[in-house]
Amino acid sequence: MATQGIEKSRRNFIKKAAAAGGLLATTFLLNPYNAILFATEKPEDPTKPWWGYGIDIQKCIGCGQCANACKSENNVSREPFYFRTWVEQYTIKNDGTVKVESPNGGIDGFQQTVPEADIFKSFYVPKMCNHCYKSPCVQACPVGATYETPDGVVLVDETYCIGCRYCVQACPYGCRYIHPEKNVADKCTLCYHRISKGSTTACVEVCPTQARIVGNLNDKQGPLVKFLKEHTCLVLKPHLNTGSKLYYNALSGEVR
Amino acid sequence: MEQQYQHLYEMLSQVQGYIYPNEVDLQWGLLIVLYPYITGLVAGAFILASLERVFNVKVLKPTYELALLTALSFLLVATMPLVSHLGHPFRAYEILITPHSTSAMAIFGFVYLWYLMVVLLLEIWLDYRRDIVIWSRQTKGFKGFLYKILTLGVTDLSPKTIKWDDKIGYFITVVGIPSAFLLHGYVGFIFGSIKANPWWSTVLMPVIFLFSAMVSGIALVLFIYMAVSWFRKQKIDILALDSIAKFLFYILILDFTMEGLDQIHRIYEAEESFEILYLLVHGHLFYTLFIFQILLGTLVPLVSLGVLQLYKPKELTRRIIYFCDSLLVLFGIFFMRYNVVIGGQLFSKSFYGFTDYKVRIAGSEGILLSLVWIIVPFLILTFLLWLLPPWKKTHDN
Repeated sequence: MATQGIEKSRRNFIKKAAAAGGLLATTFLLNPYNAILFATEKPEDPTKPWWGYGIDIQKCIGCGQCANACKSENNVSREPFYFRTWVEQYTIKNDGTVKVESPNGGIDGFQQTVPEADIFKSFYVPKMCNHCYKSPCVQACPVGATYETPDGVVLVDETYCIGCRYCVQACPYGCRYIHPEKNVADKCTLCYHRISKGSTTACVEVCPTQARIVGNLNDKQGPLVKFLKEHTCLVLKPHLNTGSKLYYNALSGEVR
Repeated sequence: MEQQYQHLYEMLSQVQGYIYPNEVDLQWGLLIVLYPYITGLVAGAFILASLERVFNVKVLKPTYELALLTALSFLLVATMPLVSHLGHPFRAYEILITPHSTSAMAIFGFVYLWYLMVVLLLEIWLDYRRDIVIWSRQTKGFKGFLYKILTLGVTDLSPKTIKWDDKIGYFITVVGIPSAFLLHGYVGFIFGSIKANPWWSTVLMPVIFLFSAMVSGIALVLFIYMAVSWFRKQKIDILALDSIAKFLFYILILDFTMEGLDQIHRIYEAEESFEILYLLVHGHLFYTLFIFQILLGTLVPLVSLGVLQLYKPKELTRRIIYFCDSLLVLFGIFFMRYNVVIGGQLFSKSFYGFTDYKVRIAGSEGILLSLVWIIVPFLILTFLLWLLPPWKKTHDN
């Protein structure tokens, strides 16, 4: 009987030790494999700024000044194939079809080509990098040249990027392009050189209707959090779980 | 630069519907079509060779070494299209030195090196070691010198050592099979894991890439075996051909089933991207998908090989059919890669429009450079066949 008891307790001990060992091994093993767990990572330190962006579609008048100012501020090529931000004109017709246009990114303004009688509704949607906190582009970069700063801005190290273009493929929002002269990935930096010095972004600065807001999501009294509180905001393509930090007020279902 | 912009303005005039402005410039061209194509040929040729070794399919003996050397010739070139399409080719080593753990692409260098160094080179060396030693003793001049280097100083030819060569070689082949699966399944994952792109993002992508790799690799060995025999004016072992063709037929069925399943699933689920993909396959990809890939590259070989399983006409007819089928399959799988790589970039991620793709002749993404990367493996193979002719090997039986 006594021997049986010892046998049993020994068996239990072995079972428990194996379970503990297994758990330990899994923890250690999984740690380097956070590749697989990428999309569940938690970001941010609540005491530091965490940058986000808000766009009020109801306020945008499609003047394209933001896209223009961005090109000037960040020295982006003037050719119509490279944009860090651009404006799209959406026209929903009475028959339910959707027409989208963005000639030269909206820099030269828009002309409505659909006859007024056929229009159900029309609006402008400024687009730019979503500075996702579970960025597919950061995930995809094979060398880590694209990275997220601790304050939540997605940047590219142009001295490190090998120009494989995988990040361009991985971005669901079409926000990246290959710099025609430097041959590296390029995108919106959220005017990091400005916001990190307490200034605002070029696009926000020139917007005549205050349709654009850049702000610290950790600042609960700040303008961006206030904007999110007062409006019903959505992000683009939420089903892709990119952790987008670009919030739109009055985002219509047709916008992609 | 001017020329590049001119090309982009041309593309801009071809845009249908709406695409994001940054999407006019197509990121991956012919070179990236070649990348999965060439790696697929490698994996397929190796798997065919392993059939003989591991599963002891004796009838495939005449193609064993040929398949291995073919795999090596193509593997040596596999990274070249990748590196030459980079914006900064001289920074390519960064992938090996500072790989980013979350990137599906970052692991390629390691998978590649493992496969090249541990599997292929070692297996070929062990397989040829005895012959290299013998040849190093018999051959004079530069070639003899090459053999001497290739022996790596291991010149022991005792039966015991030879037996060990065989044992280790067998073990490496066993390791090699999952490695070949890994190599190409992984290439499929590079595309399949891009959730932003509904044409690529399917869990079946690695499986489809794997089966299509096997199909293309087997077809390549079939083709090369016939071509080499013709050049050497040697009689083709028709039984070996029949067997290779039988394997090609089976794997082709599996490949077609997987791809069919993927499309049926897509059509039945009909998600948000369905309309744009429907327009894509019926518009821009109509010829390359329905005619080149499915009809010529799959159905014709499938039916003709299927008929040959039931009814065996005389040898010459069979040889002609096998020859044509191998070329058709190679043609079809090339367009399968094209449809994936180029097709996936033709529609906008806004799902509201299409850009266009025009193949250029010259330039870094042009036909000429792509042709170079297709021809070079054949030159390497010619060299390897000169250096390590499978037909001059000593065989135990």
